[in-house]
Amino acid sequence: MKYAALLGVALATVAAGLLLGPASVPAGEFLRSPIVWQLRLPRVVLAYLVGGALGVAGVGLQALVRNPLADPFLLGLSGGAGLGAVVAIALHLPGPWALPLAAFAGAVGAMVLVYRLGLIGGTGGAGGELDPRILLLGGVAVGAFAAAITTALVSLAEAAELRNAFLWLWGGFSAASWTTVLVMLVYAPLPLAVIAAAARPLDLLALGEEPAQYLGADVRRLKQLVYLAASLLTAAAVAMSGVIGFVGLIVPHVCRLLWGRLHRTLIPTSFLTGGILLAVADTLARTAVAPRELPVGIVTALIGVPLFAFLLRQWTVS
Amino acid sequence: MDRELIVAIRDLTCRYADAPRDALREVSLEVHAGEFHAVLGPNGSGKTTLVRAALGLLRPTAGRAEILGRAASEWSRRDLARVVGVLPQREDNLFPQRVRETVLLGRYPHLSLFGSVRETDRAAVERALVACDVRDLVDRWLWTLSGGEYQRVRLARALAQEPRLLVLDEPTTSLDLRHEMELFELVRALVDARRLGALMITHHVNLAARFADQVLILADGHAAARGAPVEALTRDTVERVFSWPVAIEPFDGRPQMIPLRQRKDAP
Repeated sequence: MKYAALLGVALATVAAGLLLGPASVPAGEFLRSPIVWQLRLPRVVLAYLVGGALGVAGVGLQALVRNPLADPFLLGLSGGAGLGAVVAIALHLPGPWALPLAAFAGAVGAMVLVYRLGLIGGTGGAGGELDPRILLLGGVAVGAFAAAITTALVSLAEAAELRNAFLWLWGGFSAASWTTVLVMLVYAPLPLAVIAAAARPLDLLALGEEPAQYLGADVRRLKQLVYLAASLLTAAAVAMSGVIGFVGLIVPHVCRLLWGRLHRTLIPTSFLTGGILLAVADTLARTAVAPRELPVGIVTALIGVPLFAFLLRQWTVS
Repeated sequence: MDRELIVAIRDLTCRYADAPRDALREVSLEVHAGEFHAVLGPNGSGKTTLVRAALGLLRPTAGRAEILGRAASEWSRRDLARVVGVLPQREDNLFPQRVRETVLLGRYPHLSLFGSVRETDRAAVERALVACDVRDLVDRWLWTLSGGEYQRVRLARALAQEPRLLVLDEPTTSLDLRHEMELFELVRALVDARRLGALMITHHVNLAARFADQVLILADGHAAARGAPVEALTRDTVERVFSWPVAIEPFDGRPQMIPLRQRKDAP
């Protein structure tokens, strides 16, 4: 039932993304128009996949750090990705893949660093266990450090580079193509499946690490797998589209409120809802001030922050 | 079969990293099916450490802890959760949940990776709800329960695991008299009716003496006494372990402890 409704909304969202745009496509040519097939469709599909990935990463990380205010970007990944991207822009690295690859490398670099910081006890690889609190603190610290370097680079940049960097740091899908969609389709299923397979253990983790173990969860492995999978999803998302905040924070909360806290439903509904939110946001981003385009991160923040404030209010009142 | 050995702990010694001394020193314990064991001792005497080591969460520095003949550390968490149901002292409720969902968590070790909840799981949940007398609470949110109801729900969750052994870590702390008695009666009844083993950490010397078959008294990580209540709970031992003068009086054939006023017979 909920899935039928969500799929319906998802299809409507994609359809709206195809129909709306700065260029007018005559109705008769719609099905043959390259604008629809080569620009709008890959763009709306990519936005949907990135939104879904961020939603699921958010679910995984909120369960992992056992903090409902966690967000995929709180763990330093946006800082690392932003640094990578700005370095690529500052060095004028050539080719269409330079920027996403640099951003991905930056995010993965930050992930490895934060992971090392979060790993406590057991010297030398063998033992060691992720401490979610240290992971959060490490993420914030690494993110802040990377952001400082990023800002330093941006402040020294030329005007054109500055604009590029600025747009990227707020996210956007103007570079979407069928190739990027394909990359995402090949890349995302594995980390998504890892998180989906952890659905029940993640329910248990909400009780605390020790109670979860007594109910059969292998907590040590669970934390490592979910952290890596969620981070790799986030890194791919940020490489494809820049930093898009609030999707990973808000979508899990909305789904939890609507369909309960069990991860068996939370994970798929967060994927579907995250996709819807980001596809809508991107359609708004490219039509609201057409022919100019707003960074999509601004639109998600403009939709997301009031929604989140409302939820927070509900939460604190009850 | 009836007397099957469920937990076998032999000369177990544990030390936390960087701790100056052992948290547990050469402690032994055997829990058979149909036995109710109580673990007594002051705060910090190693009671929770004993449970952690017995259930493989803590690697002992010496000695052995076995569950059903297999070293505790060799069990996967999932397999162990099908055999042992635990009520930890503390747990969080990060997100709101209802009683039915909570008890269903006890079925998780029995569910396959992507498989859904089966009829057998629903039946096990139903039996556990009935056994703990919380059938009427299934649609309630956890936070609306009283302390006694909440503990019975958690016991139902442990029963839904269909375990051979129940481990309860101070389950009656902050319960009033009636709820406390009800919980002890319930555990005793489950042990007798289902031939479960039970291991309960408690501060209630008198209730342990009334309900348990065996008591283990820990002091500074070692076993100060171990055996049937009437053997283990002597005035000498209790005064030494708890550092307070007491009298021991028999009641119903079990020793009962009465703490003395310290100043009454002082010179």
